[in-house]
Amino acid sequence: MHEGVVIVGSGQGGFQAAASLREEGHPGPVTLIGEEPGLPYQRPPLSKGFLLGKTTAQQLELRPAAFYAERGIELLAGERVMAIDRAARTVRLASGAMRAYAHLVLATGARPRMPRIPGVDLAGVQALRTGADARGLLQRLGAARRLVVVGAGFIGLEVAVVARELGLEVDVLEFAERAMLRSVSAPVAAYLTDALVKRGVRFHFSTGAEAFGGEQGQVRTVLTNRGDTLAADLVVVGAGVEPDDLLAREAGLRVQGGIVVDAALLTSDPAISAIGDCARFPAPYSAQPLRLESVQNAVDQARCVAARLAGKSAPYDKVPWFWSDQGENRLQIAGVAEAADEAVLRGDVAGGKFSVLRLRGGRLAAVESINSAADHMAARKLLAARVTLTREQAADTSFKLASLAAA
Amino acid sequence: MPKITYVQPDGERRSIPVDAGATVMLTAVANGVPGIVAECGGAAMCATCHVYLDEDSQEVVPPVSEVENEMLESAASGRRNNSRLGCQIAMPPGVDEIVVHIPSHQV
Repeated sequence: MHEGVVIVGSGQGGFQAAASLREEGHPGPVTLIGEEPGLPYQRPPLSKGFLLGKTTAQQLELRPAAFYAERGIELLAGERVMAIDRAARTVRLASGAMRAYAHLVLATGARPRMPRIPGVDLAGVQALRTGADARGLLQRLGAARRLVVVGAGFIGLEVAVVARELGLEVDVLEFAERAMLRSVSAPVAAYLTDALVKRGVRFHFSTGAEAFGGEQGQVRTVLTNRGDTLAADLVVVGAGVEPDDLLAREAGLRVQGGIVVDAALLTSDPAISAIGDCARFPAPYSAQPLRLESVQNAVDQARCVAARLAGKSAPYDKVPWFWSDQGENRLQIAGVAEAADEAVLRGDVAGGKFSVLRLRGGRLAAVESINSAADHMAARKLLAARVTLTREQAADTSFKLASLAAA
Repeated sequence: MPKITYVQPDGERRSIPVDAGATVMLTAVANGVPGIVAECGGAAMCATCHVYLDEDSQEVVPPVSEVENEMLESAASGRRNNSRLGCQIAMPPGVDEIVVHIPSHQV
């Protein structure tokens, strides 16, 4: 019998691995195993259009059921993988079933980090990661009047915008001194924060949640580390995620803040790859191995692994990109900045159309664009070409990024 | 019933009946039409649902928005006058058919 590829995790990365294997003409069995019930779906709209009723559950599905059947992709939804037997090259499922693999792809994703504080288990305190989380939130948003968001990252701010649109009062707590500290530069954070303040969101920086108070099991208050008490009937925690690397750890694979992979996305076992949110990989543009949480990263890494399994091995070197929709504002990021990178502003901040170029040692490291899709798309090309850019060139808006990218 | 017709680079045609409001991208993805990648799921963030609109169809759909215009500049297959993002084209009411040509590559 031809042994196949087993993919653990049916999020964006796992789905793409299965689809790309078939596109590459993989002849053997492909099995896609996911813990969540139903068809694989996309997560980004869960904090945006889905909560506003603009995106239906069906529109979230990455492909219809027939897609998997027609391509001979065995989809095991609502199934948990309990263990990997690396010697036997099998995985054991919670249902007791086994699947043999010639190659195993771990696309296990990440789980929301929840604060270990009193009241975190109260009804109305939740994270937002899965379809089930989003359906629960959608229901609660209908009845809630006061939302407290813990964490001013992408998810937290996206939910804050939606909640204001739905007429809720919104407070955002952020432990750092500003929003999105790890993901964007100060000018971009300031612009987006200001836009939310204008929509009536109240920010509390350098402030954390210390406890959630409740009545009859339902959250009613948030106690901050400054001693303030905020009323709340809904709390969304957007405090980052932890890579889901338990299975890999238990199987004895190398794990260090994610499943450690090499430039070809292979784990310490050459019969096992890891992709997406759960994988820590070496990047040509970064001194430290990276773990990225994005659709692009999941999709491109899935393609890289599928191509390798089809005999077209190449190191993973794609330019990362990210996006966040916050009301009328579109944030697009190309590349990965580090805190120490220089920030050079181009464009019209007051007019809400600008980019911040991040430079590291004379090289372009990342570009953060607000309502500037052309800059963003040019940045992806410039980063792929690893261009050098002086500070003067970066700041000179007569010097078009797009023309440099085309050259 | 109105329909969206997809023409592959090799000339193969497939028509899918739709209701008014259905987008070119979502209809393609839901029906397994090859060549529409739609990485970002319809947020006009990725330009991987690029299509060339048939001449007759160009007059019946709303014009290109600023965001779409900027994204199209970087589509993987070259931009033409009739380039659109499939996620931004919804079937207008009262129109019988939209015909789109799928480019050779999206990424």
